[in-house]
Amino acid sequence: MAFDSFSAFLAMEGHGPYVWTCYGAFVLILTGLVMWSRGRRKAVIREQHRLLKLEETGAREQAPAAASFSRIHPS
Amino acid sequence: MWTLFHKFGSPKWFYGIATRLMPWLLVIGLGLLLAGLVWGLAFAPKDYLQGNSYRIIFIHVPSAFLAQSIYIMMAVAAVVTLVWRMKLADLFVQAVAPVGAVLTFLALFTGAVWGKPTWGTWWIWDARLTSMLILLFLYFGAIVLGSAISDEKASARAVAVLVLVGVVNIPIIKYSVEWWNTLHQPATFKLTEKPSMPAEMWIPLLLSVLGLYLWFGWLACYRMQTEILQRERRTRWVRELVRAEGH
Repeated sequence: MAFDSFSAFLAMEGHGPYVWTCYGAFVLILTGLVMWSRGRRKAVIREQHRLLKLEETGAREQAPAAASFSRIHPS
Repeated sequence: MWTLFHKFGSPKWFYGIATRLMPWLLVIGLGLLLAGLVWGLAFAPKDYLQGNSYRIIFIHVPSAFLAQSIYIMMAVAAVVTLVWRMKLADLFVQAVAPVGAVLTFLALFTGAVWGKPTWGTWWIWDARLTSMLILLFLYFGAIVLGSAISDEKASARAVAVLVLVGVVNIPIIKYSVEWWNTLHQPATFKLTEKPSMPAEMWIPLLLSVLGLYLWFGWLACYRMQTEILQRERRTRWVRELVRAEGH
């Protein structure tokens, strides 16, 4: 340990505010970046889940057969 | 060889590899980063000239280092986008540009806070600081341009060109402390020389650089996966994945 006590560690001989501001910003901003990325992932999955469900219910109501033995729909 | 190239360029293949790789990147990255930061904050000796304020170096240098590395990686990916039109390359560029911007901002911010007790000023328009600010604007440009063009291919090409043009700024950042008379101190690590600081200082610094690098690897994989889910939403495998993921 480079410091004699915990309060000396916090004070850093007067440089405490500068050092702790930097470390605080580093942790906060990077955590924020991860949270934002997680939020985006969740939003993307939620949206696609909704679309999938919509598609499935829509398909059941109309039930268009893409192909049958008598007829095919070439794309 | 071309089949291999296509395999590496396939989003599906990448998604699977990333899923397997990510836990390792995260655990080892955070472990190294934490070790480096705790060592640097509490155990490394204080600097004979700058006192304790120099402890900011353990986050300032990793942030600045990553900020530039990410840009170089983006430039390589931009070449791949323009020459081979590989989907993954553009995906990478768009997924990591915000991460690069955030790290550039952190490098500038921690530099300013470090500058106050050391140089007596938060900011001066010197070569190193100004070229880093330009890097931040290049990142902003890539992000804005990427989201402004809705056509996927056009957007990929435009962003790739912008990133490539901006790459001239990287050697300027690197050599600014040697070409011009700046307030900023010269590089701490050089490939050709032993570090000028004692081992109790440079080992934690190296740990935090490596840790942040691996952590970035994790975040890049995660964000690329999200982009893949978005862009490949019409493919069968993504549909199945989304269905399995649940709500």
